Amino acid sequence: MPAPRDGFAQLVHAEWTKLRTVRGWMIGLVVAVVLTVGIGLLGPAGSQSECGRADGSQGPCKMQSPPKDAAGQEVTDQKTFVRRTLSGDGSITARLTSMVGKYPAGGGSPTGDQGLVDGVLPWSKAGILVKDGTAAGSAYAAVLATGAHGVRMQYDYTGDLAGLPGPVSAAAPRWLRLTRVGDLLTGYDSVDGSTWTRIGSARLGGLPHDLQVGVFAASPDYAVIKDSFGGSSVTSGSSLATGTFDQVAVTGQSPGEWTVPANGEGNGPWNGGPGGGNGPGGPGGPGAPRNPDSTPGSHPGAVATGADAFTVTGSGDVAPASADEGSGKTLESSLAGTFAGLIAVVVVAALTMTAEYRRGLIRTSLAATPRRGRLLAAKATVLGAAAFGIGLIAAAAAVPIVTALERNKGLYVFHASTQAEIRLIVGTAALLAVAAVLALAVATIVRRGAVAVAAVIVVIVVPYVLATASVLPAGAAEWLTRLTPAAAFAVQQTSTPWAQVTHVYTPSNGYFPLSPWVGLAVLGLYAAAAYALAHRLLGRRDA
Amino acid sequence: MNSTSAPPPSAAIAVQGLRKRYGATAALDGMSFDVEAGTVTGFVGPNGAGKSTTMRVILGLDAPDEGRALIGGVPYGRLRRPLSHVGALLDAAALQPGRSARNHLLWLAHSQGLGARRVDEVVEQSGLGAAIGRKAGGYSLGMRQRLGIAAAMLGDPPALLLDEPFNGLDPEGIVWIRGYLKALAAEGRAVLVSSHLMSELEGCADHLVVVGRGRVIADTPVAELIARSSGGRVVLRTVARAEAATALAGVGGTVAVTGPDTLTVDGVGSAEVVRVLNAGGVPFSEISAHRASLEEAYMDLTRDSVEFRAAQSGEVA
Repeated sequence: MPAPRDGFAQLVHAEWTKLRTVRGWMIGLVVAVVLTVGIGLLGPAGSQSECGRADGSQGPCKMQSPPKDAAGQEVTDQKTFVRRTLSGDGSITARLTSMVGKYPAGGGSPTGDQGLVDGVLPWSKAGILVKDGTAAGSAYAAVLATGAHGVRMQYDYTGDLAGLPGPVSAAAPRWLRLTRVGDLLTGYDSVDGSTWTRIGSARLGGLPHDLQVGVFAASPDYAVIKDSFGGSSVTSGSSLATGTFDQVAVTGQSPGEWTVPANGEGNGPWNGGPGGGNGPGGPGGPGAPRNPDSTPGSHPGAVATGADAFTVTGSGDVAPASADEGSGKTLESSLAGTFAGLIAVVVVAALTMTAEYRRGLIRTSLAATPRRGRLLAAKATVLGAAAFGIGLIAAAAAVPIVTALERNKGLYVFHASTQAEIRLIVGTAALLAVAAVLALAVATIVRRGAVAVAAVIVVIVVPYVLATASVLPAGAAEWLTRLTPAAAFAVQQTSTPWAQVTHVYTPSNGYFPLSPWVGLAVLGLYAAAAYALAHRLLGRRDA
Repeated sequence: MNSTSAPPPSAAIAVQGLRKRYGATAALDGMSFDVEAGTVTGFVGPNGAGKSTTMRVILGLDAPDEGRALIGGVPYGRLRRPLSHVGALLDAAALQPGRSARNHLLWLAHSQGLGARRVDEVVEQSGLGAAIGRKAGGYSLGMRQRLGIAAAMLGDPPALLLDEPFNGLDPEGIVWIRGYLKALAAEGRAVLVSSHLMSELEGCADHLVVVGRGRVIADTPVAELIARSSGGRVVLRTVARAEAATALAGVGGTVAVTGPDTLTVDGVGSAEVVRVLNAGGVPFSEISAHRASLEEAYMDLTRDSVEFRAAQSGEVA
């Protein structure tokens, strides 16, 4: 039998006509945009920061922006750096014979030495460093030993390559070497100073002729996470790492002498001592530091213990800074209203199907389209496309508007790459689209609007809210955002969970256990399974 | 087509041996009939007789346990652009209340690859006029029936299925729809129209399929049925009812009193009635052969439904 033309396009056209000709549904889609943008605006609108000015007036505070690397990524760049100038090509070699440290066992900032215990943190660092000057955020390459991750070559904050494993001790010292040829830095390590293993190379863009080279130590804040129902609480405090170096040798043109910072490196974070003083407070100021030399290793600073030997105690880190709610706003926080917009989209998507069952209109639809799978596919196409468009409009409006308002309020907005920003917006649209298809499928299965809407909200929105609102312990929150359709919200995460930075990478802190597209794929799997069941039931059931 | 037992090619709609159970209830119990082009076929039976289920099976909405239904020799599910093969009105209330009547027709037209121009044409025929732009939720049942018929006509189909289209229509609407259905049949279309009230089909149906308990009780042209029901009955108008009754009973007639001065006589021909009354000197003012109404014919049929069902199953077997 010659089949007359009956394109899928005409079914999509029919379903689109159905959707657009019910005013309530179109209003629902507009409400989705309003909710998404509106809730995003509540964040900065509700935060009021007033700071007194020198002239006595009040005005919005300017949140201090952290140092950034060349790509705009926020970084931490605090360490104790014993250094000298290297002009042109050359190398630095040093032997690290010991690495010890202190950290506040209870988290928080200890008073004096109380609460400080001996030990190095997993990402405490001591090693050699080649850096473009001393400005925070400048380019660098380092070969360093860590508390628990062996020797690493790290460069430009985000680069991290593994070298020799195992801890450092007098019995197992580590030889570290960096060579510079133009922009190319190559790191080596060795257990004996004669047999060297190349760890890796990094090309640092636009290095000047003169660099600072030397040995450094740093130790990131120690955080204690108390996990419970009702959320997890984090207390953190500064820690210290002390590296003992000898046989420090610089080859190449190296004019001048070693600069040995007796009192840390500028504005270190150290607040372990009474008064928390290091840096510009200076001797004699309030909270003057104790003599750093009197108790080596209890205060950031360095001492030369020989012509080519140094003991360096540092606090802080040379690493990318993880975005944290406390210090600024992430880009995705401007889309905090997504869940509400999603609910509106889910309601509309479910009703487009359940209303047909409720009114008996499904018979008209199926009589017009006896190949029922095509009817479902056409509905899914129209709803998915509508939800995607709505999501795109909402996200493309919310992100720039909310972040502009945040900046205007003096809040710091964390850097996100253009790629991440596009992914945030497109991913949010895709999240709504897939949720709409899931809602349609569930509605087809249960044929009752209230049941379908409740079911979809329970599987997407409830786990999302529970996981991100500091209600559940971090472990439970991670499983929820891994296994339930709420995993899809990972597509909005723009901050990177750095492997080389210890941080509270929990959903409530904005970090999802799955990568963005994998998280979205979890929702996709649920939607596909529901769609397959809906397709089967719709095909077999009497209408 | 892969049909083994070829359906009659003449039948616009062929229903063949449908059986369907809902739990313990047999909704369809061997339903079989044809709907021919160019006729209005009344599909009559009490509520629950299986009329609506049969229509849903014809439209591929419900799957029968046994049997099949064909539209022009093809199962509904294999029709492409089905509304151009058969138009249907199942439930006039099946509308999205917030959508305008015109937009209801528009999406249905789009699903068949038809455009707004075709919508305007059927709106013109339906007599809905300016009301077409209003929300369907505000429509009276009569307007919904007109809208449903307009929807059924969208694809200009050669066959139409209308389930209880007279429901909710005012007398003017009933007259309109009777005329409309007759006109459609006159154009050569096959029209199957169900009703639980035989009187609604009076003067409209050419053919009747009478059903009860999921199967066909009678499948007959209307003219034949009425002739059979009228069978030899004589209506007599007389002021002397008692004398007339006595005289006619004397020659074996069955006499029923149907009015203050009218009697109905069974079993005696009209010529014999005149002879007997004249012979007995009984006065009468009028004598006529009775023409049964469709309603009466239907009552006769259902009274004898057991025999009809037996005869019918004999034909099928």
